[in-house]
Amino acid sequence: MTKIALQNIRHSYLGSPQTDGDFAIKHINTVFEDGGAYALLGPSGCGKTTLLGIVSGLISPTSGRILFDGEDITRVDTIHRHIAQVFQFPVIYDTMTVFDNLAFPLRNRKVPESDIKARVLDVAKMLDLEEGIHRRAASLTVDGKQKISLGRGLVREDVNVMMFDEPLTVIDQNMKWELRSKLKELHQNVRTTMIYVTHDQTEALTFADEVLVMYEGRVVQSGTPVELFEKPRHTFVGYFIGSPGMNIFPCQISGETVEFSGLPIECDNQIQGIRSLQDSQAITEIGIRPEYVRFSNQGIPVRICRVDDLGRHQLVHVEHEHHAIKLICPEDAPIPEGSACVRFEKSRTFLYADKWLAGEGSQS
Amino acid sequence: MINKTIRQSAWLFVVPVVLLVAFNALIPLMTVVNYAFQETFGDNVFFWEGLTWFEQVLNSDRFHDAFLRQIMFTSIILLIEVPLGIAIALSMPRKGPWVSVCLVLMALPLLIPWNVVGAMWNIFALPDIGLLGYSLNSMGIDYNFTQQPISAWATMILMDVWHWTSLVVLLAYAGLTAIPEAYYQAARIDGASKWAVFKWIQLPKMKRVLTIAILLRFMDSFMIYTELIVLTGGGPGNSTTLLSIDLVKLALGQFDLGPAAAMSLIYFFIVLLICWVFYTLMMKNEKQ
Repeated sequence: MTKIALQNIRHSYLGSPQTDGDFAIKHINTVFEDGGAYALLGPSGCGKTTLLGIVSGLISPTSGRILFDGEDITRVDTIHRHIAQVFQFPVIYDTMTVFDNLAFPLRNRKVPESDIKARVLDVAKMLDLEEGIHRRAASLTVDGKQKISLGRGLVREDVNVMMFDEPLTVIDQNMKWELRSKLKELHQNVRTTMIYVTHDQTEALTFADEVLVMYEGRVVQSGTPVELFEKPRHTFVGYFIGSPGMNIFPCQISGETVEFSGLPIECDNQIQGIRSLQDSQAITEIGIRPEYVRFSNQGIPVRICRVDDLGRHQLVHVEHEHHAIKLICPEDAPIPEGSACVRFEKSRTFLYADKWLAGEGSQS
Repeated sequence: MINKTIRQSAWLFVVPVVLLVAFNALIPLMTVVNYAFQETFGDNVFFWEGLTWFEQVLNSDRFHDAFLRQIMFTSIILLIEVPLGIAIALSMPRKGPWVSVCLVLMALPLLIPWNVVGAMWNIFALPDIGLLGYSLNSMGIDYNFTQQPISAWATMILMDVWHWTSLVVLLAYAGLTAIPEAYYQAARIDGASKWAVFKWIQLPKMKRVLTIAILLRFMDSFMIYTELIVLTGGGPGNSTTLLSIDLVKLALGQFDLGPAAAMSLIYFFIVLLICWVFYTLMMKNEKQ
């Protein structure tokens, strides 16, 4: 049971990195509390897998420190970090039986054979692998194999953290749900710290208590799924989380008001946002989720372009002077035809400066 | 699909290949079969002999000796080349500029014409002027492959190992590079030793290519002729007379076409049989 802290981690795959662009991990400071369920969410190439490799010790960071319970383990070898990892596709030892696969990490650690047996049978029961436990592992289906990979982490009692690198990528859609709830259930039972890497927001949001959204080598925001949805600290979070993502428009600041193509818009962080922008040349944008854009009698004049019926709600595409705006309306709500006006809910409208929530600072 | 026209003239398209196969495989093979069951005195006069030649070959000490020598040679080179090939493949770099250097070096022996390999080793091993033979003798080792059966065998095996280990290396290397990095990472996390990684990951993943390597090396070594006829010519005495050399002596040296034809067929079936046994055994686990 361990608290993991990453301090000022930077990593580059190049020999002598010069600019920020050479770094796969630009700058990361974060803490994984003991027993938490975390998700690293981000698009391909944002540095998620690199970060995971740094925690597991498969990759040595260019600079920065990793602490396990306050102890610096940056240069400690993988095996002494006591971590477990499940990879994107199942890694099993083909020629061994299911039992031997699960027993392998214990045998390598010279655990007495009687303890191994009890432990393996325990884990096999947890994962529903008891049936055919003495069959060759190669004969299992892909989700069975992925359970074995998971089981090899669970059998060990010394595991500090279990890490998952997009573990459901190769699993069938219907098995995904089952494995995902199995993971959640396991986390509640074993209470090991778990870090789950994915680019699928549903997976991240259902699995984790805390989601770290990564973008271009940084953690742009971490928080509960609700926090990420309600108050994105970076336009990328707004865009990446939610379906569809946040509406983001360029805006101008004139005095104390925020203007979107000449119309004043009220934002939640307007006062401190504008104050923080004094004399800066930052590019300013406003962001509002489609859920909080409403039709109203007055406000921003728009032209209705298209309505998508998404079952429980309708997604309406409108346009204001070539700025596309999306709205989500209840399924039975009447949609005006031709032209109409929309209003942004003030408490859900945010001002962004250089993509970061204005007035909140941009450290990661 | 609905209006299927049946045009027998399509068969004409396969005629060229039928002719080709007939002339390069079927007709020569049938000629051998023809000789194996009959006696001929020239002028195309044939007498039916039934299984006489087969019995004669199978009961002759000469065939038994050549066969035993053949089995011994093939077993020795397989026992050396397969482990050695795997060991070299394991120690080759997986990434970087040295990969291509190693691959080219490895491929070199395979590119040399077989008779040249024989000639090279013959001269290399000559006790009076060859680098190897001369060095060994000046170190006080009594070595003369043209007179001592043991030296001849050692030279023959060394030559084959030099010539053909590369094939095993290249195949094993291909198998190794196909193993995804995640397997090694998982093994590190599981605390596996180097030996465990080899036994449970590398060897199982190389199984298919190794099967091919062993089959190829078995067949080629069982039929070795060119390098050997140039190196030792089957001597001294008959000490390095393996099956193919014996067959050529019988057919072209003594002109005993009947027994030679019978021996060819027996030889052919032995190779076929052993390959089949090998393959079945190695693939047996695959299907479980």
